[in-house]
Amino acid sequence: MQISTDKKTQPALAANEEKAISPRLEAWRSFKKNKLALTGATIVLFFIIVAICAPIIAPEGINDQKLPQRLLAPSADHWFGTDDFGRDIFSRVVYGARISLWVGFLAVLGSIVVGCLLGIIAGYYGKWIDALISRIFDIMLAFPSILLAIAIVAVLGPSLKNALIAIAIINIPNFGRLIRSRVLSVKEEEYIMAAKAIGMKDSRILLQHILPNSLAPIIVQGTLAIATAIIEAAALGFLGLGAEAPNPEWGKMLSDAKNFMIQAPWTMFFPGLAIMLTVLGFNLMGDGLRDALDPRMKN
Amino acid sequence: MPEILLKVDNLKKYFPISGGVFGKKVGDVRAVEEVSFFVNKGETLGLVGESGCGKSTTGRMLMRLIEPTAGEVVFEGNSLTNLNTTELRKVRKDMQMVFQDPFASLNPRHTVEKILEEPLIVHGMGRKKERKQKVKEMLEVVGLSSYHANRYPHQFSGGQRQRIGIARALMTRPKLIIADEPVSALDVSIQSQVLNLLKDLQKDLQLTYIFIAHDLGVVKYISDRVGVMYLGRLVEITDTEKLYENPLHPYTKALLSAVPVPDPDIQKERVLLEGDMPSPSNPPRGCAFHTRCTECMDICRTTRPQIREVEPGHFAACHLFQESEK
Repeated sequence: MQISTDKKTQPALAANEEKAISPRLEAWRSFKKNKLALTGATIVLFFIIVAICAPIIAPEGINDQKLPQRLLAPSADHWFGTDDFGRDIFSRVVYGARISLWVGFLAVLGSIVVGCLLGIIAGYYGKWIDALISRIFDIMLAFPSILLAIAIVAVLGPSLKNALIAIAIINIPNFGRLIRSRVLSVKEEEYIMAAKAIGMKDSRILLQHILPNSLAPIIVQGTLAIATAIIEAAALGFLGLGAEAPNPEWGKMLSDAKNFMIQAPWTMFFPGLAIMLTVLGFNLMGDGLRDALDPRMKN
Repeated sequence: MPEILLKVDNLKKYFPISGGVFGKKVGDVRAVEEVSFFVNKGETLGLVGESGCGKSTTGRMLMRLIEPTAGEVVFEGNSLTNLNTTELRKVRKDMQMVFQDPFASLNPRHTVEKILEEPLIVHGMGRKKERKQKVKEMLEVVGLSSYHANRYPHQFSGGQRQRIGIARALMTRPKLIIADEPVSALDVSIQSQVLNLLKDLQKDLQLTYIFIAHDLGVVKYISDRVGVMYLGRLVEITDTEKLYENPLHPYTKALLSAVPVPDPDIQKERVLLEGDMPSPSNPPRGCAFHTRCTECMDICRTTRPQIREVEPGHFAACHLFQESEK
């Protein structure tokens, strides 16, 4: 009897044991349990789908002007109303998602790539190169970020592309410092010493051992930074330093609408709501990711 | 005459202490001072001493994971001191290290297979298929199962992880293994398993060990010869039996008298040391041990004793045994 039960349980046990729980899988499991984070991720996903399917969703083009129908209140024909040129605000907000998300993703990606490269070099090699890179970061952080962005756009000339570049540049020191501090602690870990003892090259140690173990806070910060990047893009747009005239950038729409704020509040309300929702979505998702990826939260 | 695999000559490591506003160098921590010894092929040399005596630093300097301030390490007749980084990487294939903390020495984001395969990749050994096969074989050699290959380190217990650490060190078929307190983070019952594994592997693979530990019982069990370190210096080195039967240096005597004996009826004469180990940033003049020594003489306060062969194969650094020079 004893033997027969043993035989039954043995294969099941072995199969169960073979399952590898990767750190990534573990993080996903903890993320799934977080309701707020899931809500955030859903909002983000929703806006991504809206951005991709904009031509299908939007009933009108971004620049279809119908002057007789200017400043109409929201109705069945125009869900979000129309603006001072008689353009359908719903269509413009839908297309605006493309611009904002695109700017957010690209700018953050750019600053992560550059920031990580500089931060890893500074953290791993230390000495004068660390001092040099860190001081450059300090100087950049000494300026209020939006002021620095305005200055950069002023030099490069106002356009959406230059706004994106400016936002990427002002975010570099945040990522650089974050990854530098992670590298400083990771490089003292015994498995890095072990990697050196094995005889690995620096490049391999950096890419295969230090970088993957330093990325968790970057993913979190990156998600949160997309939210700020979207706001910064909107702010630059509002100041007339971002997207050019017919482009339905949300900040630009707010800026155009501010003259009609009293008579036609919907012209401001919906682009503003869109900004708020995307930013909220990214922030909730970022918080959830932090909880899921933070090693201190693990038992 | 046994063949010498590794020879260490006058090894020193000073860590600078910086202070003041501009981080000027204000002193040195003399972690390792004038350490010289040799290791024969196929033997195990134990290095013991209390924490902070420089035994781990010595171990790391042998592989140049920490750059020595001065001194020379000769491995198989070649000096390691002047090798450039590329040459050094090649030498590391032949000398590997097992680390103390099995929870920190394995990359948490790599599977066991990747951890074990990496040394082979780094040294360009074998094709993908052969490498995977070797990983599976090595897992069996160290007492794990080949199906463990796909798991991550955090899914193992401490003892199992240390087996993985040992397997990683063995992958490139090294000649010398430097084991830096490989069992001190483990439970006593697991310690003996890992020690027996190390012994078996030594026999099967003709390995040479440098075994760093603070546990005298462990060192006695595994070592052929033992070196005792105090405040960065080697104070006594000899065959294990000689050292445990007839310790010469007063520090060794004090250390050995602190080893518990599993028999309550034996009345042991304890040599109690007073005070703490002096700071290595400000070592005492003369003999480093004179501040705590029970047999301190006048000469100990002024002159540092050189390590010399007191009897064949038994070296000690103490004025008690240097009468001929006086």
